[in-house]
Amino acid sequence: MKAAILLFPGINRERDMVLAVRQSFGHAPQIVWHKETALPAGTDLVILPGGFSFGDYLRCGAMAAHSPIMPAVKAHVERGGYVLGVCNGFQILTEAGLLPGALLRNASLRFLSMDTMLKVERADTVFTSKWQTGAIFRAPMAHGDGNYNADEATLDRLEGENLVAFRYADENRNGSARGIAGIFSPNLRVLGLMPHPENLVDPLMGGTDGKPLFDSLAAA
Amino acid sequence: MKAIVTVTLKHGVLDPQGKAIGHALHTLGFTEVGEVRVGKTIELELPAQDPAQAKATAEDMARKLLANTVIESFKVEIA
Repeated sequence: MKAAILLFPGINRERDMVLAVRQSFGHAPQIVWHKETALPAGTDLVILPGGFSFGDYLRCGAMAAHSPIMPAVKAHVERGGYVLGVCNGFQILTEAGLLPGALLRNASLRFLSMDTMLKVERADTVFTSKWQTGAIFRAPMAHGDGNYNADEATLDRLEGENLVAFRYADENRNGSARGIAGIFSPNLRVLGLMPHPENLVDPLMGGTDGKPLFDSLAAA
Repeated sequence: MKAIVTVTLKHGVLDPQGKAIGHALHTLGFTEVGEVRVGKTIELELPAQDPAQAKATAEDMARKLLANTVIESFKVEIA
């Protein structure tokens, strides 16, 4: 699995993502600046890390969704390529129309910087194969706009087609509709989630709860 | 010519900022205030001379970038 990590101005979790990918994949991913118009040849997985791209101006992810690299990401998705968006990366994917719905301001209006518990909704995907369905794991979160929302028909479709990837398993602190923390595209090749599995991949970080995500991808 | 785009959260989408402002207004004694909704205005300087053309252009901009129509609605006024 050859990974490319997109870098937009204001993104700040790209090094955490490099570390997590390198540890599981055995080789380092390539960093791709947002002004590029093509992905490195042979890219299997595109990762959009967390942060505050373009200072969250207008809406979180709105500017990055129109960056020069994004047409190449859309073409990658159309070819059936894998995409992982975490936190701001998830927001960018929804703004780009690659995943449905939107991330609104946390219902409490508070920035949430704490650990949460996530439930794995299905383990038969390239992102989750190293977990069991129903497994509960810990993941740090750090966001002000993580309140997942979509119209009722979209939420029903996501649940009906089993496209919810993760749900908040302890407390739904940001107010997300139906406790949704992450979703898949219909072909299960695009995953977006708000919490940060990449920040728990080494005992030195306080745990390895997030490592199965990267081990799953490495095994795909 | 100036186009003023007003973007607000769609009706039915929770607006926690509006709620907080509503609470503060009540605290200040403006107890008659009902629901409060927060939005933003974006002023665009456009070269177009034809107001209908300017409006159509601004609406296109709103659909593509200025508003996220999944959660927001917008209106365009030409000044």
